[in-house]
Amino acid sequence: MATAEDLQVKPKADVLLQTGPSRPPRNMGQIIRFLLLFAGGILMVMPIAFMISTSLKWPHEVYNLNFIPDEPTIENYIYVLEDGRFYWWFLNSLIIAVITTICSVIFDSLVGYTLCKFRFPGRYIVFIAILSTLMIPTEMLVIPWYLMSQQFGWLDTYWGIMFPGLMTAFGTFLMKQFFETVPDDFIEAARIDGLNELQIWWTVAMPLVRPALAALAIFVFLGNWTAFIWPLIVTNSVEMYTLPVGLSSFGDEADVAWELIMTGAAISTIPTLIVFLIFQRFIIRGVVMAGLKG
Amino acid sequence: MANLRIRDLVKTYDKTQVLHSINLDIDDGEFVVLVGPSGCGKSTTLRLVAGLEEVSNGTIEIAGRVVNNLEPKDRDIAMVFQNYAIYPHMTVRKNIGFGLRSSKASKAEKDKRLESVAELLGMTEYLDRKPSQLSGGQRQRVAIGRAMVRDPAVFLFDEPLSNLDAQLRTQMRLEIKKLHQRVGSTIVFVTHDQVEAMTMADRIVIMKDGDIHQIGTPAEVYHKPANIFVAQFIGAPSMNMIPGRVTGDGTIELATGGGLAFERSLPEGREIILGIRPEDLHPGQASGVIEGSVNVREPLGHETLIYVGTSNGDVIAKADGRTPPEIGETVQLGADPENLHIFDAATGEALA
Ligand SMILES: Nc1ncnc2c1ncn2[C@@H]1O[C@H](COP(=O)(O)OP(=O)(O)OP(=O)(O)O)[C@@H](O)[C@H]1O
Ligand SMILES: [Mg+2]
Repeated sequence: MATAEDLQVKPKADVLLQTGPSRPPRNMGQIIRFLLLFAGGILMVMPIAFMISTSLKWPHEVYNLNFIPDEPTIENYIYVLEDGRFYWWFLNSLIIAVITTICSVIFDSLVGYTLCKFRFPGRYIVFIAILSTLMIPTEMLVIPWYLMSQQFGWLDTYWGIMFPGLMTAFGTFLMKQFFETVPDDFIEAARIDGLNELQIWWTVAMPLVRPALAALAIFVFLGNWTAFIWPLIVTNSVEMYTLPVGLSSFGDEADVAWELIMTGAAISTIPTLIVFLIFQRFIIRGVVMAGLKG
Repeated sequence: MANLRIRDLVKTYDKTQVLHSINLDIDDGEFVVLVGPSGCGKSTTLRLVAGLEEVSNGTIEIAGRVVNNLEPKDRDIAMVFQNYAIYPHMTVRKNIGFGLRSSKASKAEKDKRLESVAELLGMTEYLDRKPSQLSGGQRQRVAIGRAMVRDPAVFLFDEPLSNLDAQLRTQMRLEIKKLHQRVGSTIVFVTHDQVEAMTMADRIVIMKDGDIHQIGTPAEVYHKPANIFVAQFIGAPSMNMIPGRVTGDGTIELATGGGLAFERSLPEGREIILGIRPEDLHPGQASGVIEGSVNVREPLGHETLIYVGTSNGDVIAKADGRTPPEIGETVQLGADPENLHIFDAATGEALA
């Protein structure tokens, strides 16, 4: 999603390069910085450009690495959108990503808040234990997850796909750090005003870390929307596939239908754009400080 | 409204005791100021009364009821914090109304209460603003308003004015005092500013290192300090301290040279410390007890502070604003015997 920002950097770099000759470069460092950002922007945009380009090609042209298709077509889009399975997968992914996002935003901030604002024995150990799970890659976890799902009969169910992501170590860490910025005075004042701890968390602490919640929501949504390995392993039936798993099944073993996969991928970026646009509104800084001092 | 009784209050963090057996009785409607240097345990005392910290030993009674084991919300108190602690994401109305959330009053009653508090504080026109659109003084008023709507038995203030600039602080000081006169509730006010303490308090509690050193009206702590610490803490510039010794005929021999007749009889040979406030020490009297030359002059307009060098270091005195002695001039400083304070050199306690 960083692409949206990177795209904005490009015109800036252009302007600088154009005005370069007429005005002597005041600052070499600045030029280098722009060039690096420009290169970074290109790197980010390339795959997306190729994705769109490929989705507009006929199958025989897919392996020509030209940007502009010789005979552009929207056949692929029509094919994908007429294929009933696509809607299933899209819906599966949406349900899973939305529920997971809501759950992990709530659970991560609950746990983060507790670890940040309460003193209790073993608090540090719990925190370290949660953090240490960050060091284990998903690839290693899928086997125990699979065995567990098998035992409990969760294979090929929404619950089976979702359960590993309902709470995240990263989110817990992020929220704990952000709750540090909420002054204890706010919490104590609310306590004196008669709120219980859950109410304090919800009405006082949560609104003050809204930017962090928005960032976390974007991360979790994207992570789950694009998750591939675990959904691939835990699902069996085509109707339970998520979008990335479903798209990868286009074509047959001998011949992967890249143009269809890219078409599906292009369509599937739309919800991520929407989520980004919704939540980035909340990322406003300096909300906490306004209640303090003069 | 209610009285507050603190009995043998002890607070220990891990292994360090930060309050050593505090005793304090505050009457209904009294304005009591806790004052003392940083780290002396003022906030800790207040937080124990509020129920934000657990009491290690002793009892706290509010309106005749031991509250040691009650939740803050059940203690019938309200607290105003140094940082105001008003919520930036809520309007002034919501912030003030926050104190009424747990009240069982009807919506109409709550609204009425909120309006009347806002009016009392002059905040009516700001009710729909967010804290970020208010000045420091207005924010502080919101914080006070939130405490007031609940009509608590005891108000607790923890250095509520220390974030304001000097002028606003003086103004808010007066407003809080007026407010107290109007509502007549019991107030415990913490500050480390002795001027705030002197101007606002019915009684001042002077603390140091987790102990109370003196409890008294502003006049009492100023005119009859219980010990050297209190004597130097109250009043600015602080009281001159000159070591001395009681001689045979009942006079006091000062380290700066010179003797001093003293009405009260003290045992011979006793090591004492003589305290004289700069405002009680004036140059030009022939019967001066201290002699020295003027080192520094600090003109304050209506009077001038002079620093007079003696064999015991500089002594501060107040001279006339118009015709202060010149620098280098030798002056005789004298004081009214009534304004002399005698302390025991070993214990620092005031001697009768
Ligand atoms: N949570 C805590 N854990 C350990 N020690 C503490 C804690 N809170 C306060 N103290 C100690 O207790 C002592 C009294 O602190 P307190 O906050 O009551 O001081 P204060 O009189 O309010 O000072 P100030 O004027 O700086 O606010 C200090 O020495 C402080 O270090
Ligand atoms: Mg304090």
